[in-house]
Amino acid sequence: MSAYKLSLQNVGKQFASKSKTTTVLQGITLDVADEEFVSVVGVSGCGKSTLLAIIAGLENFDAGQVLVDGVGIEGPGRDRGVVFQSHTLLPWLTAQQNVEFALRAGGMRRAEAALVARDHLERVKLGPFAGHYPSQLSGGMKQRVAIARTLSYKPEVMLMDEPFGALDAFTRVRMQELLTQIWEDHKLTVMLVTHDVEEAVFLSDRVFVMGSNPGTIKSTFVIDLPRPRSRELTRSARFVALQADILESIHDDLPR
Amino acid sequence: MPPESKPFESLRRPFGKRLKNAFSMQGTSSRTTYVVIAACTFALLLIGWIVVTGHDWVMPIFLPSPASILVRLATLAEDGTLWSDVSSSLYRIMVGFLCAFIGALAVGILIGAYRFWEAALEPLIDFVRYMPVVAFVPLTILWTGTGDAQKFLIIWIGTFFQQALMFKDNIKRVPRDYASLGRTLGLSGRQVLLRIVVPSALPDIWDTLRISLGWAWTWVVLAELVAADSGIGYRITVAQRYFQTDTAIGYILVLGILGLVTDQTMKAVHRKLFGYAR
Repeated sequence: MSAYKLSLQNVGKQFASKSKTTTVLQGITLDVADEEFVSVVGVSGCGKSTLLAIIAGLENFDAGQVLVDGVGIEGPGRDRGVVFQSHTLLPWLTAQQNVEFALRAGGMRRAEAALVARDHLERVKLGPFAGHYPSQLSGGMKQRVAIARTLSYKPEVMLMDEPFGALDAFTRVRMQELLTQIWEDHKLTVMLVTHDVEEAVFLSDRVFVMGSNPGTIKSTFVIDLPRPRSRELTRSARFVALQADILESIHDDLPR
Repeated sequence: MPPESKPFESLRRPFGKRLKNAFSMQGTSSRTTYVVIAACTFALLLIGWIVVTGHDWVMPIFLPSPASILVRLATLAEDGTLWSDVSSSLYRIMVGFLCAFIGALAVGILIGAYRFWEAALEPLIDFVRYMPVVAFVPLTILWTGTGDAQKFLIIWIGTFFQQALMFKDNIKRVPRDYASLGRTLGLSGRQVLLRIVVPSALPDIWDTLRISLGWAWTWVVLAELVAADSGIGYRITVAQRYFQTDTAIGYILVLGILGLVTDQTMKAVHRKLFGYAR
C-alpha cells in the first residue's frame, strides 16, 4: 500500500504518426501526499496538460502506473475532479444548478444537492449569484463556480489545468488568493498545471518542473513558505529566490 | 474637441449623421436606422412597380399592377381558394418536414457522436445529398403516385440528407471539454451525450431547423407544380395555363410572406428558449 494520495510510477506516452513516433512523456515518477498542494510548471508543449489529462483518465498512456490511494486508475472517475481551462459550465443551467448537476450525477438526492451546492457557492463567495446563468457571470466568477462544482462532490484529488489562464492579471491574483484560502481552510489534495511560476510558488507546497522533448520531471522544489499565505509574501526574499530558481530550471530547457 | 459635447449625444444625432455611420465599413447603427433603410428598399421597389404598370409600359399579362394583384388575392381569400391552397401545402410541409427532422436528428446525433455510425452513414448521405431533388420527382410519382405521399417523399428527400449533416456538425461543435467534464463526473458515454452534448447543441439545432424549413417550402411547391390537384404550387401552374398572372404573382408573394413570418417566429422562439446564452 502506498502512503501517498496520488502516485505516478514511470508514466510514459507516445504519439505515433505515419513517419515517426514522438515520445510525449517519459518516466514520469512523482508522489503527492494527502492534503498536499503541488504544481507542475514548464514551457508550452512540454506535455504538462497531457500529464494532467492522463491522471484525470481522459487520455491513455503507454507505460507505467497512475495510482490513487494505491489503486491503479481505469479511465475517468469521481475520485479525481477536474477544473478545466475553459469553465465548462453548462449554459442552460444557473450557477446553483451547475453545481447540483455534478452532485446529482453522483446519485445525491435533490434536496441534499441543493443544500450542498448552495454551501459551496458561498465558499467561493458567489452566494448572491446562485441564480445567475453563466452568460451573466464574469470570467472569474464562472471559474469560481467551476471550482465550487469540483469541490462539492469531494473528489480525492482536484486536478486543475491552467484554470486561471484565460483571466486578466487582476482577476487572476484574486482567484489565487481565494484558492489558497479555500485550500488552507478545507485541506484537500490538489495538482495544478500552470505556466505561471509566481502562481505555482504562491499556491504550492511543492513545484515540479517539467522538461520537454520528451516530457520529463527534471526538478522538484519544496516551497517552504509559511501559511496562511497572502499577497505580501510574494515580495519576500525567499519567495523571489524560489521563483528565480524555478525560472532558471525552466530556462535550461529553452534553446539559447 | 467639440465646444459642448453632451452625453447621449449619439441618440439625438440627426438621421443624416446616422446614415453616414451606416455607410462606413463595418460601422454600426441603431435598430431604427436599420428598419428605416430596410423599409425604403421595399418602398422603392413598390413605387417602381406602380409606376411601370401605371403607365402601361408592360402588358398586364406579364406584370399586373400591385392593386390588381391585391384585388385578386382578396377574391381568392373570400371564396376560400387561398386558404384551402395554403392549408394543403402547409399540411404537406408539416408531415414531410417532421418525418425528415425526426430521422435526421437521430442520424445526425449518431454520426456526430459515434465514429462507427459516421463511417457507416456519412459517405452515403454525402452521396445522396448531391443528387438533385428535382431528378427524383418522376421516380417518386412512379413509386407513390401523385397524392400527398409523393409530396411528403419529395420534402423528405430534399431535407433529410442536408439536415442530417448539419445536425452532425451541430453536435461536433460542442467543445470537447464538456464531454470530458461529463466523464470525470462519472457519467456513461450515453449519459454524456444525452445530458450534456445534445442539450449544448440545441440552440444550433434549432437554427438548422429554421434554415432547412425554407428549403421544405421550395420542395413542396416544386412537387405541386409537377403533379397535384391542390396547394400553392398547383394554383400557380393553373394560373399560368389561363394567363392569370395576377394569381401567380400573388401566390408567390404569399409564399414570401409565409416564409418571412415562420422565420421571424422561429427566431423569436429561439430567443425565448435559449435566452440563457445571451
